[in-house]
Amino acid sequence: MFGILRTLWLTFLHLGHRRVTVGYPETRPALPPRYRGRIILSRDPDGLERCVACNLCAVACPVDCISLQKAEQDGRWYPDYFRINFSRCIFCGFCEEACPTYAIQLTPDFEMSEYVRPNLVYEKEDLLISGTGKYPDYSFYRVSGVKIPGKDKGEAEREQPPVDLHSLLP
Amino acid sequence: MATIHIDGRPCPARPGENLLQACLEAGADLPYFCWHPELGSVGACRQCAVRQYSGPDDRTGRIVMACMTPATDGAILSIDDAEAREFRASVVEWLMTNHPHDCPVCAEGGECHLQDMTVMTGHAVRRYRFTKRTHRNQDLGPFVNHEMNRCIACYRCVRFYRDYAGGEDLAAFATHNDVYFGRHADGALENGFSGNLVEICPTGVFTDKPFSAVYSRKWDLRGAPSVCTHCAVGCNTIVNARQDSTRRVLNRYHDAVNRYFLCDRGRFGHGFTAAPSRLRAPLARIDGRPTPVPVQDALRRFQMMAQDGPVVGIGSSRASLESNFALRALAGPARFSTGMAEPEHGLARLVADLLRASPARNPTLHDMESADAVLILGENVTVTAPRAGLALRQAVRQAAFDIADAARIPRWMDAAVRTLGAEACSPLFVATPGPTDLDPIARATYRAAPDDIARLGFAIAHGIDPTAPDVPDLPEDAARLAADIAATLRAAARPLIVAGTQYGTAALPQAAAAIAAALAAHNSAAALSLILPDCDSMGLALMDGLSLDAVRALARDGGIGTLVVMENDLTRRLDPAALDALLAAVPHLVVIDHTATPLSARADLVLPSASFAECGGTLVSTEGRAQRFLQVLFPDPPLQAGWRWARDLAQAADPGTAPVWQDLDDIVAAIAAEIPSLAPIGRAAPDAAYRLDGARLRSEPPRISGRTAVRANISVRDRPPPAAPDTPLAPTMEGAYGPAIPGALVPYYQAPGWNSVQSLNRFQQEIGGPMRGGDAGVRLLDGARQDETPRPRSAYATAIPAPFVPRAGEILLLPEPRLFGTEELSTLSPPIAARVEAAALRIADDGGATPTIALRLNGQRVVLPVIRDPALPPGIALCPPHMALRAFAAPAWAIVQPHGDDTP
Ligand code: SF4
Ligand code: SF4
Ligand code: SF4
Ligand code: SF4
Ligand code: FES
Repeated sequence: MFGILRTLWLTFLHLGHRRVTVGYPETRPALPPRYRGRIILSRDPDGLERCVACNLCAVACPVDCISLQKAEQDGRWYPDYFRINFSRCIFCGFCEEACPTYAIQLTPDFEMSEYVRPNLVYEKEDLLISGTGKYPDYSFYRVSGVKIPGKDKGEAEREQPPVDLHSLLP
Repeated sequence: MATIHIDGRPCPARPGENLLQACLEAGADLPYFCWHPELGSVGACRQCAVRQYSGPDDRTGRIVMACMTPATDGAILSIDDAEAREFRASVVEWLMTNHPHDCPVCAEGGECHLQDMTVMTGHAVRRYRFTKRTHRNQDLGPFVNHEMNRCIACYRCVRFYRDYAGGEDLAAFATHNDVYFGRHADGALENGFSGNLVEICPTGVFTDKPFSAVYSRKWDLRGAPSVCTHCAVGCNTIVNARQDSTRRVLNRYHDAVNRYFLCDRGRFGHGFTAAPSRLRAPLARIDGRPTPVPVQDALRRFQMMAQDGPVVGIGSSRASLESNFALRALAGPARFSTGMAEPEHGLARLVADLLRASPARNPTLHDMESADAVLILGENVTVTAPRAGLALRQAVRQAAFDIADAARIPRWMDAAVRTLGAEACSPLFVATPGPTDLDPIARATYRAAPDDIARLGFAIAHGIDPTAPDVPDLPEDAARLAADIAATLRAAARPLIVAGTQYGTAALPQAAAAIAAALAAHNSAAALSLILPDCDSMGLALMDGLSLDAVRALARDGGIGTLVVMENDLTRRLDPAALDALLAAVPHLVVIDHTATPLSARADLVLPSASFAECGGTLVSTEGRAQRFLQVLFPDPPLQAGWRWARDLAQAADPGTAPVWQDLDDIVAAIAAEIPSLAPIGRAAPDAAYRLDGARLRSEPPRISGRTAVRANISVRDRPPPAAPDTPLAPTMEGAYGPAIPGALVPYYQAPGWNSVQSLNRFQQEIGGPMRGGDAGVRLLDGARQDETPRPRSAYATAIPAPFVPRAGEILLLPEPRLFGTEELSTLSPPIAARVEAAALRIADDGGATPTIALRLNGQRVVLPVIRDPALPPGIALCPPHMALRAFAAPAWAIVQPHGDDTP
């Protein structure tokens, strides 16, 4: 008896609370930037593709919905194709955690419904954005030791100039 | 067996091995870099530190390098000791101070020994905040990538390349942190085993360049055990594939055959499987043009053809036993040809007969390494059987081992053994017409025409056993050399005679067999190795059939209605006139092949067969070892194994009597039942019913990625895994896997904590010993022989050739194959094609100065660049087969024409 009265009372109290349910899509919820929605591929501060096709996101993905193929140009690795099958993706964010270059990022966009599943298969053209996403400064190739156009050996961060092999000085 | 105590646990150890080996064999995780089972220890990296105690009462002990410390009975050591752990952690930390931040863009990543060892030692946080030394890379040619920043200076690369493989163009430069491993200048690595650097180097300095172009991580690659198809040695390989294409070939350890190394032809020759020349659909000649047709239509066409007279089948020494056998069943044993022309056809049978009859041992490659006196009689082994050449290179080290043994230095103390034995070389005699790669380590070389080399051989046999026929009129220098070689071989404990069929003469293998027989009379360890040209030459010799010459005779008599050619490009075997005559006499030509050839362009019907990566089958190596290769790709129809096409043709022609084999095991059983010499081939590998722990073996690593996305652009529906009736390996990541899997079924090497190829240690009974799950393949030529009782001496061949006499105006062309460019399939692989040099003729110094020479052979005129080599005997010319003269493969007299003379 007391329980029923208490429940009624609590329900009555809620009449005075602020509403949490919003009238989507007229009202849009404010989602934090770290919300895990649609996945994008970002570019480095120089505007070049950040993804180096290392395959770590693909292997971290628990539902195996990422597939890509490495290609290479002038020492820079990039994905020849990069495919995410969003009809399988569980938005766990493991790929973002695994990515050593901040290329793959989850965004607060969740409005991805489709009537047919094949439309949920996103290719690189659909994934690649023109900016750096959440991480404005990082550029993998500035710390990596490989030579790419515009960055010779020894020009990365914390690198000495290449060794002169003809010198016998210790 | 000694016993050592590792962290209080008693473990068996082999006396004479080092502590590192003993620890690894005991299953312990002890990090190391510079030690390699085949290259020994040098103590360069200081990574394998353990604490060793001098006895049960010793409480302090001392840090030692496990790889430099012999395992003695009762040794007590600790891997887990705090100070040893700290030591190892500091070593990795030092090694990493200069290491680049490259793993994501490093082709070694995921199978990197350095990654594994770093994780194993627990080094996770970088404390070093200063600058890193950097290096410039070199362009090392089409096979190997170079990224020197990643080097940890373990010296494995130069130890393999220079000390083991005899290469000279890779060296260590500069000092301390700056030490550099490369060439004196950019350029392709010259040694024919350079690809092994990819597996030898524990880091990403040397990586596989063609693989990098189609790169996938190791965890994404399906693997299958395979057998190299580019020569008759039969090296065991692992072929990796992803998304319907082959990606790379890796070494698969076989204790007795290739062990840790492959040659570059075998490693980089697989590119033909994806070449544009692949056939993918049946083609029928309609209105004179090859037109794709459905399979049913193709079979119906064959049915019509088969009514026009007898079907004759031409097999191939590059096709599997199964495909050849199915063709033999289609045509009938009396109308089946081995696809070899004379003299190759007869020589293949001769070699099989000699090996079977010889009282000498027929050695494995590993046995060849321990021969203490070697005679190479008329075969350029390093090009006709490259991996065997590498084995022979190790044989000259026996003398150094003997010195080391006498000084009680263990053989794995590599630097010490090499220094001590620097001057000592076991005798190696090379008797060949032209120079070979083994000449620099030979005690003596003998340059002569093949007939004269055979005469030398017979003289050696006579020198060992006077009852062997004597050689009349031997020149004095040859007689002296023969006596010297005879005495050396007689004195050796494990003499080995190597010959082959390269120069198209029966006298050479017969002379070699005579020497071996003479030796075997008093030395049961004497060995005879004979080399055939192709991956299944020996299989065909055992299967037997008509020679191509017999087929030509049959055609001339109008005895052929339809000629079915299995994976054999006859334009490489018959000169144009002979081939034209053959094809003109045959109403219908059917070609079954995986690759378009000049012959398939002339066929009325072409059927696309599966390459070695797309089907299973058996090959018999020149040693007589039947070995199974399994499929890694599951192509969509109409591509199917050659034997299935032959079966389907037989069913189309005559559904009543045609064979009904469904899968590989059916046809293997049929071969075993029908051909006694091939009866044991079923034991070459476990059959498709093989189960480990009640499950099929998996062929994909358990963490294969992208399964729900890789085909999603085509369909988002799941596809069932392909049916795989021919292989015991499941085509997916589901299934059993473990260190006890049979050697014949290894799809990839991986063990907990060991993701690189170094995990192989876990799969061996003992390091460098047989596989835990048993070795692959079955030897067919041993028959009922017992190793201890020599068989009755075979009668010595008496057909001693006459001395070679040069002819005026003519020159004897001898086939001199090359590592790259003369083998058919590997030449279609782009990286190999990039290494092919233009054909040139090598002749004796004729006093001429023209840069080219014009020849006429069988009505064909060719002009070839010449190399004049004063060491060559006069009257002969070494010419690469199948290059300028496509059909040239056997010795032939060519007319030397003056330049500008165009008379036909
Ligand atoms: S983890 Fe990052 S860099 Fe690597 S493949 Fe995925 S998106 Fe590209
Ligand atoms: S060598 Fe190994 S540790 Fe070094 S960058 Fe390559 S994968 Fe990483
Ligand atoms: S290149 Fe590789 S094998 Fe050679 S020393 Fe460096 S790490 Fe060792
Ligand atoms: S030696 Fe022969 S079998 Fe071995 S890898 Fe080379 S080509 Fe292949
Ligand atoms: S492995 Fe022992 S010092 Fe390198």
